[in-house]
Amino acid sequence: MNQSTLLTWMIFAPLIGIPFVLAMPKDKTQWVRWLATAITAIPLLLGLYLVMNFDPNNTSMQFEHHFVWIPSFAIEYYVGVDGLSILMVLLTVLIAFIASIASWGITKYVRGYFALFLLLETGMLGTFCALDFFLFYVFWEVMLLPMYFLIGIWGGPRKEYAAIKFFLYTLFGSLLMLLAIIAMYYNSNPATLVDGTPVNHTFNIVKLITENDFAAKAPLLGFEFSKLLFIALFIGFAIKIPMVPFHTWLPDAHVEAPTPISVILAGVLLKMGGYGILRINYGIFPEAAKWAAPGVALFGAISIVYAAFVCLAQKDLKKMIAYSSVSHMGFVLLGIAAFTDQGMTGAVFQMWTHGLISPMLFLIAGVIYDRAHHREIDGFGGLANQMPEYTGLTGLAFMASLGLPALAGFISEFLVFTGAFPVYRVLTIISGLAIIITAAYYLYALQRMFLGKLNEKYAGLSDLTWRERVTLYPLAVLIVVVGIYPMPLLNLINKTLMSIVQVFKG
Amino acid sequence: MEPFAQAHLLWLIPVLPLLGAFINGAFGLKIHRRYGEKPIHVVAILMPALSFVIAAYYFLQMTALAPEQRQMLNHLYDWIRIGDFNLPLAFWFDPLSGAMTLMITFVGTLIHIYSVGYMHKDDSYWRFFAYMNLFMFSMLTLILGDNFVLMFVGWEGVGLCSYLLISFWYRDLKNAGAGMKAFITNRVGDFGFIIGMFALLWALGGGWNASGYALQRPENLTLVFREIKLIAPLLLNEQIFGIAAPTFICLLFFWGATAKSAQIPLYVWLPDAMAGPTPVSALIHAATMVTAGVYMVARLNFLFAMSPVVMTVVAGVGALTALFAATIGLFQTDIKKVLAYSTVSQLGYMFMGVGIGAYWVGIFHLLTHAFFKACLFLGSGSVIHAMHHAYHKSNNHHDDPQDMRNMGGLGQYMPTTKWTYLAACFAIAGFPFMSGFFSKDEILWLNFANANTLIPGQVFWAIGAGAALLTAFYMFRSYFMTFTGKFRGSADTAHHLHESPKSITSVLKTLGVLSIIGGVIGLPKLWHLPNFLEHWLEPVFETAQPYLHWHHYSHGLEWGLMALSVVIAFTGFAIAYTLYKDARSKVPAQFIQKYPALHRVVYNKYYVDEFYQATFIRGTMIFSNLCDWFDRTVVDGLVNLSAFVTHQFSKLNGWHDNKVIDGAVNGLASLTGYCGQALRKVQTGRIQTYLYVLLGGGLVLILIRFVIFS
Repeated sequence: MNQSTLLTWMIFAPLIGIPFVLAMPKDKTQWVRWLATAITAIPLLLGLYLVMNFDPNNTSMQFEHHFVWIPSFAIEYYVGVDGLSILMVLLTVLIAFIASIASWGITKYVRGYFALFLLLETGMLGTFCALDFFLFYVFWEVMLLPMYFLIGIWGGPRKEYAAIKFFLYTLFGSLLMLLAIIAMYYNSNPATLVDGTPVNHTFNIVKLITENDFAAKAPLLGFEFSKLLFIALFIGFAIKIPMVPFHTWLPDAHVEAPTPISVILAGVLLKMGGYGILRINYGIFPEAAKWAAPGVALFGAISIVYAAFVCLAQKDLKKMIAYSSVSHMGFVLLGIAAFTDQGMTGAVFQMWTHGLISPMLFLIAGVIYDRAHHREIDGFGGLANQMPEYTGLTGLAFMASLGLPALAGFISEFLVFTGAFPVYRVLTIISGLAIIITAAYYLYALQRMFLGKLNEKYAGLSDLTWRERVTLYPLAVLIVVVGIYPMPLLNLINKTLMSIVQVFKG
Repeated sequence: MEPFAQAHLLWLIPVLPLLGAFINGAFGLKIHRRYGEKPIHVVAILMPALSFVIAAYYFLQMTALAPEQRQMLNHLYDWIRIGDFNLPLAFWFDPLSGAMTLMITFVGTLIHIYSVGYMHKDDSYWRFFAYMNLFMFSMLTLILGDNFVLMFVGWEGVGLCSYLLISFWYRDLKNAGAGMKAFITNRVGDFGFIIGMFALLWALGGGWNASGYALQRPENLTLVFREIKLIAPLLLNEQIFGIAAPTFICLLFFWGATAKSAQIPLYVWLPDAMAGPTPVSALIHAATMVTAGVYMVARLNFLFAMSPVVMTVVAGVGALTALFAATIGLFQTDIKKVLAYSTVSQLGYMFMGVGIGAYWVGIFHLLTHAFFKACLFLGSGSVIHAMHHAYHKSNNHHDDPQDMRNMGGLGQYMPTTKWTYLAACFAIAGFPFMSGFFSKDEILWLNFANANTLIPGQVFWAIGAGAALLTAFYMFRSYFMTFTGKFRGSADTAHHLHESPKSITSVLKTLGVLSIIGGVIGLPKLWHLPNFLEHWLEPVFETAQPYLHWHHYSHGLEWGLMALSVVIAFTGFAIAYTLYKDARSKVPAQFIQKYPALHRVVYNKYYVDEFYQATFIRGTMIFSNLCDWFDRTVVDGLVNLSAFVTHQFSKLNGWHDNKVIDGAVNGLASLTGYCGQALRKVQTGRIQTYLYVLLGGGLVLILIRFVIFS
């Protein structure tokens, strides 16, 4: 079999960098920053290399690295990517790099911060690449812990509350996932490990997908086995997305988290929910997925519309953006519930475009917070004249988020709607209402912050710094380019998603 | 597929203005500071002018082709391609989009030239021209896009530019609010547009096959206009929610059009949009953007013609809007507000045209209206410019330079503005041989003769004729109030009044001439004259013809109705002359005194804005606050409650441990205490310690893997 250690290097490069960061002299914070950014550039370059060498026509796993880890429990180290995960990997390395530059504003315990940051990146990349369920779970938890500290130590005034809420909420989901993993393991068919050892059960995700039919298993606790497991896993992932009603940890976490951590949280972490549902729930329990689809679509539509209305009432800019994430991630659920080519592609693409747009929005919220030390939308006014460049970029980000055609967000939302309409006509029409409400809350915020007379308190604010430009412009350019020419990215995921959809059409 | 003539440079028509927008948008501030205004407007004017040249080139090429071959394609690349669904990024030049492109680039360029004088010395000169060019790009994309999505790009793009330009002077929150209102109202319409698009796709696909997860006719999944045109008859057999598919789909598209083209019930944003600079009102809110809805109906003629219900709705809404807006125009005193309501009203006429299936005549009125309404708006801009300047010079900061009650007698100070405004007034009022006469009269006649609507065409004719009377009246009222009599300001202010600069007057003259002669492209058949426009557009509307039916009335009747139109125009003029010429008549003031309630209701636009504010907007805000409250207290409350319960439960557990179990295992307790002491050292609160432990753990795991299990 074709082995490649490339993925492993990419995943662990940040981890390997941690001792170097910690070994830096304490007073040389600038060195630490440069070093950490340089370290995040390694996975970025490796990720780009992977994308360029990825064969989009091949629907099986590529760049696999596979060896036996703990044979007594049939646990393997197994990583690989297909069209679905390569897109997520690309997003992760990109957003992590940008977030590392945005992290230069951190002044407290700089070494510790970057060490945790790098650990987080390893956790994220590992989660997207892991193909052994045990390994997946390990990475999932590795990601959770640094996040807890990053919010809890470097966060805002209510950081402890937000960090614990985030941690416990996600842990609750993980617990359900762990139980489901164990149940699945003990119900899986015998298999062979990569070194040829025969085992009774397997954690191998690819084997669980292709060689097991859980729909036929005996009921568990009086419930149909596959449906019960589907629900357990789904709740775990739905918390992460987050889906209404499991979303209330997100606004708190975002409001308290430092800017770069919000960027990571919105840009990458939320995508793990969608990724998990597609990879695990849909892959392993296709029948249950079909059974649950109307419910998934319903909750997706509720998330889209309900969160949009909540946005309109927000007074804190960051909280508004956080709720808009809930709304936009609802599109992912609506899209995957439709089982159409366009819906599925749109949902995955929505994860990507939201992964570009929401980090930009959080960076924008960070810019104004750094200057004014608050984020009350009503507390500003007339900033357009004072900070024209900032205003322009904010306008672009808001427009992208409200789905202005020819920008990235439109492509994915359009595809989701196109794919969902034939299956859930009423739900799609109701979700469509969000395009009005979304426009309303963004323009209302734009007006209160940037238009009108300048609030004299802020007559001294300066426009963007070079560091802020370096973080904002790449995202802005990508948002425009992806909107005009999305095919290269769509081609990456196309074949993989078609093969997933094919299962349901069959 | 039949081969098309290729037009490789077609993409430049929209993209050149985009380039201009980018140059001025990104570097305009620096250019402005360093080199002044000139390079900015040179770039901004050059781009649409070049677009005009390219459009004219292809237009001439097209005239050389046989009528059925007049189609040119510029396919750039596949924009979105998923499964059976392929969406090209391609531009499409046919007689309809060709005519529209010519008009837009021509009028657009003129208005850019006009703006040089009008925006002179504005702080954000560069920003204005960047937005204007961006608008040209959006509008041309809307017209030239060969599929729904590309049209939608332009559709939303013009909405965005309209927002940016209405709130151009954003330091006044009133302007910003008007911009926001325009964008959000347009989004309400866009909601209909996109749902219509999805419904269309679904209906073309024929619904689900037996497996439930694939369309019956996946090969029909297309949003390209010319492809839909070929398969549109399939829709006749489809239903959505029990409604015939063409009816359902076209009603949704028309819903989008009522927002973009300011028809009942979504017209409310347009009058407020006058907060923007006047060239914007002329270009966007009179000549081009607001006609997008009319263009869409004409473009989709093969869909709209299928449903008599929709045809009735379109023509009916158009007729009602024409009359309704005209009544509001009667009492307005702000010169731009008069023109705004007149635009709403004239757009109503266009929908009457395209609604009943007389697509070419709707487009005809669209084109003539573009000339005379742009001329009127730019004329009013010239007046406002002069008034503003005079007030500024005479230190008058409290009077409104747009209020006609402050004007009067301006004709003697600004003759060019006066004469061009008057010419355009004659055109819009429908005086014989003026451009508006031909187009409006043809609309009325064809409404009278149509057999396509569920309501008899005579009803539409009557409403339209009534609105024409009001139009003639309020337009001449505005002319007499503004230009005749004595100036109603101070002598000091009058001293500073003078004609606008040449960049403004030259444009006014051009448009004034076009307002007079523009009708030659569509002369009536009744007069046995060639009708160029109808023939030109014929191939575009061919597919719709089998669905359309007309009554055949005698020529005598047609002549009679035409004469009646003329009488109506003269009557309107005569009333306005008697009441407002030189401000001599006391009747208008007496009327207001006699019927104060009527005047107040009409002057305040029937309180429709207030009604929307109190119902939809307030309702939305209340609902949104309710959702927010629900989220904080109920959803999050449950989360916090579960945390609280867990906490209390563990306390209870702890108490149980202390009192019950602890007593029994005292020895163990001391051990626990010792362990606690030891563990406390771990809880240092120092992040480095945690990290080293974390790293250590990872290392241990790796060691386990290699030492124990290998």
